[in-house]
Amino acid sequence: MSLQPDTLKSLVRAAAEQVIANAAELTALDQAIGDGDHGANMKRGFEAVLGKLDAIGAQSLDEALKTIGKTLVMTVGGASGPLYGSFFMAAGDALGRSKKLPDDLAEVFGSGVGAVSARGRSQPGEKTMLDVLVPVLETLKAEAGRPDLIERVRSTASEAVARTVPMQATKGRASYLGARSIGHVDPGARSSCVLLHAVCNTLEARQ
Amino acid sequence: MNDTVGIVIVSHSKDIAKGTADMVRQMVGSEVRVAFCGGNPDGQLGTNVALIIDAINDAWSPKGVAVLVDLGGAETNSEMAVEMLPPDRRDLVVVCNAPIVEGAVMAATEAAGGSSLEQVRAVAEELSAG
Repeated sequence: MSLQPDTLKSLVRAAAEQVIANAAELTALDQAIGDGDHGANMKRGFEAVLGKLDAIGAQSLDEALKTIGKTLVMTVGGASGPLYGSFFMAAGDALGRSKKLPDDLAEVFGSGVGAVSARGRSQPGEKTMLDVLVPVLETLKAEAGRPDLIERVRSTASEAVARTVPMQATKGRASYLGARSIGHVDPGARSSCVLLHAVCNTLEARQ
Repeated sequence: MNDTVGIVIVSHSKDIAKGTADMVRQMVGSEVRVAFCGGNPDGQLGTNVALIIDAINDAWSPKGVAVLVDLGGAETNSEMAVEMLPPDRRDLVVVCNAPIVEGAVMAATEAAGGSSLEQVRAVAEELSAG
């Protein structure tokens, strides 16, 4: 998949706009089990990404991913900045090292997931964004090439968010709450789902 | 003046970071370079990778820099900042697993005596060992 610049731009725009549109919900989720800044932080980061949209659209996909990652690192202001930033920078790195889309999509996505895991020293099951990203990676591996891959990614992400509700957080600020973190959606899992849905919906509309 | 390990204080709150730096300076004096930062890119509670990089460069010493942080995001953002330094500086910065105020004072006290980066880190981290 060699993305046309206007496709790349519409993907980035949709992802950023969806994060911004859902900022209040992300903050409300974070107020329940974190420090209540996830929505505002993600909004600031993706507004900065939107501000660079023309430059990003003119870049190759690997460079564009790295620009998005670095922008998030420098502007988000919470732990989610380095976490999402590392995802995009590592995915960009993987693409730059001769990985190709769509054949290597799972591998490229997996590089990003690996970087999140390393940055957060976290594994699935700890009520974090990895609890969405890892199931989606499994879907990308298992369902590669299927005509309904987009739909499967979307439903995997939604179901994965719901599965964070009964989890007890052992990483991040929510871990201070111990058992009281049970019963809430994880904000990072939710923001990952918002981003993935935005990408899926945009790709589907362009098919 | 002999080189001493530099100290960087990273808090979600600029007031806490500045107050901690003030305590270090009063207790240890000016022979150790101390830099601090706090607040997100909008100046609200949070941390900011760009400011952390600036603080590390301000406190820079050929013997290295020990970074003291408060809560989760400060640690993650500090680790990110270290990785974004030039390769020759990256290995000379450590993020200490220590309480921010006590760790900064203990680290600076150790640094003032001319100790190595590893010694400074070890003294700060003893506080967490309980």
